[in-house]
Amino acid sequence: MTEVLFYVFAAVLLIAGLLVITAKNPVHAALYLVLSFFTAAMLWMLMKAEFLAVSLVVVYVGAVMVLFLFVVMMLDINFEELRKGFWKFVPLAALVAAIMAAEMVAILLHPAAQIPGAQLVEPPPGYSNVHELGRQIYTTYFLPFQLAAALLLVGMVAAIALTLRKRKNSKYLNPADQIKVKRNDRVRMVKMSAEAKPTFEQPKADGESQS
Amino acid sequence: MTWTSLNAWVAAPEIFLFCATCAILLLDLFVSDAKRGFTHWLSLAVLVVTGALLVRGYHAAPQYAFSHMFVADPLATLAKVGMVVGVALVLIYGRSYAADRGIFKGELYSLALFSLLGMMVMASAINLLTLYVGLELLSLSLYALVALRRDSVESTEAAMKYFVLGALASGMLLYGMSMLYGATASLNVLEISQRLMVEQSGNPLLATFGLVFVVTGIAFKLGAVPFHMWVPDVYQGAPTPITQLIGSAPKLAAFAFTIRLLAQAMEGFTPEWRSMLVVLAVLSLAIGNLTAIAQTNIKRMFAYSTISHMGFLLLGILVGNVVGYSAAFFYAVTYMLTAAAGFGVVMLLARQGFEADRLDDYKGLARTHPWFAGMLLLVMFSMAGVPVFVGFFAKLAVLKAVVDLGMVWLAVFAVAMSLIGAFYYLRVVKLMYFDEPEGAAAPLSGCMFTRVVLSLNCLALLGIGLFPNDLLLLLTNAVEFSLPI
Repeated sequence: MTEVLFYVFAAVLLIAGLLVITAKNPVHAALYLVLSFFTAAMLWMLMKAEFLAVSLVVVYVGAVMVLFLFVVMMLDINFEELRKGFWKFVPLAALVAAIMAAEMVAILLHPAAQIPGAQLVEPPPGYSNVHELGRQIYTTYFLPFQLAAALLLVGMVAAIALTLRKRKNSKYLNPADQIKVKRNDRVRMVKMSAEAKPTFEQPKADGESQS
Repeated sequence: MTWTSLNAWVAAPEIFLFCATCAILLLDLFVSDAKRGFTHWLSLAVLVVTGALLVRGYHAAPQYAFSHMFVADPLATLAKVGMVVGVALVLIYGRSYAADRGIFKGELYSLALFSLLGMMVMASAINLLTLYVGLELLSLSLYALVALRRDSVESTEAAMKYFVLGALASGMLLYGMSMLYGATASLNVLEISQRLMVEQSGNPLLATFGLVFVVTGIAFKLGAVPFHMWVPDVYQGAPTPITQLIGSAPKLAAFAFTIRLLAQAMEGFTPEWRSMLVVLAVLSLAIGNLTAIAQTNIKRMFAYSTISHMGFLLLGILVGNVVGYSAAFFYAVTYMLTAAAGFGVVMLLARQGFEADRLDDYKGLARTHPWFAGMLLLVMFSMAGVPVFVGFFAKLAVLKAVVDLGMVWLAVFAVAMSLIGAFYYLRVVKLMYFDEPEGAAAPLSGCMFTRVVLSLNCLALLGIGLFPNDLLLLLTNAVEFSLPI
């Protein structure tokens, strides 16, 4: 039963992944991505990694993808325009991918590539997935875990460095400056010598100027 | 588990670098643009201390830390010292260039230091997971640095290409690593080799299958043909200091990374990966050198020249013994110094609104700036492999190892390709010394300190070339102590 479920989920995952890059509508693509994340979570669930599965759904599907969907909906980008060259290269790419996949399948189906006795170890009663994960992260995998945190920090620094900019053309008010303003900053008294009253030309009587 | 069982002291340079980088990241926020020099000197001070910690922690015997995730062996330590020097040179040479182009910001420094951290982790990682995280730390910082000139279309395009192809390469590498894990049920480099070689409990077919993808990933990161497509565009599009950063220190990290994966984890599969590396090396030497001839942009020319140099590096690695590895190590270290000097001169000639990246910009340089024309001459001779310069001894060491292995045809081919390569290096010399300058002499950018360091860097190429034995011996010893063969 588990094996059947695995193949079902794997097929859904692959199809959803393919649809992410081929969907014409970016919102649909994002939704397919949600589906693929969800299916990946289900695969983890089959491996009895419940905590990872749940956190994938909560973090990616629940938070990241929703934000992503908002961004996609707000952006006014013609994605079809961006992907103009895409369909032209699909036949060649598909051919290469098919050959590669066939070669990989040929090797992986070979009897020598099978791993005998490779099965999920049945956990002892009272085994807690979360407990074990926490223990591993803070003991054996302490270094990679900390480095992954550094990686996230770099991602944040990079995102801010690449997007934050002081716009020269944006008009904003500084209330402090507004309050501190003095009369002399705004009004300038100019001494002018008296001049003759300027004369205005009389508007012409005919209707040419009205047209 | 306690702190003592983590043995964290072994990783003191990395821990210091990480904390100091975070501190710089924060301190820089309080520094105005006019006083950015503070960040610059602080970063250099951090690099000096990191280097000192590395030298102080040098031990002949490998020391493990963080439950066998991290190893400090002579190979890693020396490679890390080289990387620290490489990044310091980037910061020194790149300062005026960055200031002229509006990228002289705190992020330039914090991201460069984070990339150094990634490289150091790559050199010291002894677990597939740590190796991968180190690689990603390096790559992610580099993607952002390439795109740092946000308003330049070229830089953005280069960053996009680098990002997409880099992500593809990481995917390949991860897939290969997952196969290695499947074959041996271990992520530890030494355990993988143990299970495949001694215990025979691994699955050799699956391991070979994973090896193909691992080699593909490594070739992508090294920029070896046929996985070199990103190199010229990224070199040309990135701001020159970042090109220098990509072209110098990460090559050392990639060397150490390759040694960990191929020479240590897949030690028993030397014939298998040797044949793959032969193909990569032959293609890199041929396409790198032949295509470089057609370039008119010096950064693009350096990119193709890097591809051919990576071919030489792979030649050393594919020999698969201590002699070959130390020759490749020597090649990586000296190439790092040579490339840094080359880009240093390019940045010295560049000024606001002028990149000095066309070959024609170097016409008659000997008339206008005789000293730095001489320095670039040293760089070009070293890259071409003219005797007494360090590039010659690096090539000689690699070729000797290849001939000892009995692959004379490969050595002959490499020599022929270097001869072709000598043409485009010497063309730069010809442009500098025998052509008339275009227009009036332009002022050099960069302060006195930069010029002195650059001159010393170039003279070091001659100096190490005259006395190569000490460095070669040091690196050979490091490889011997680090690899249990």
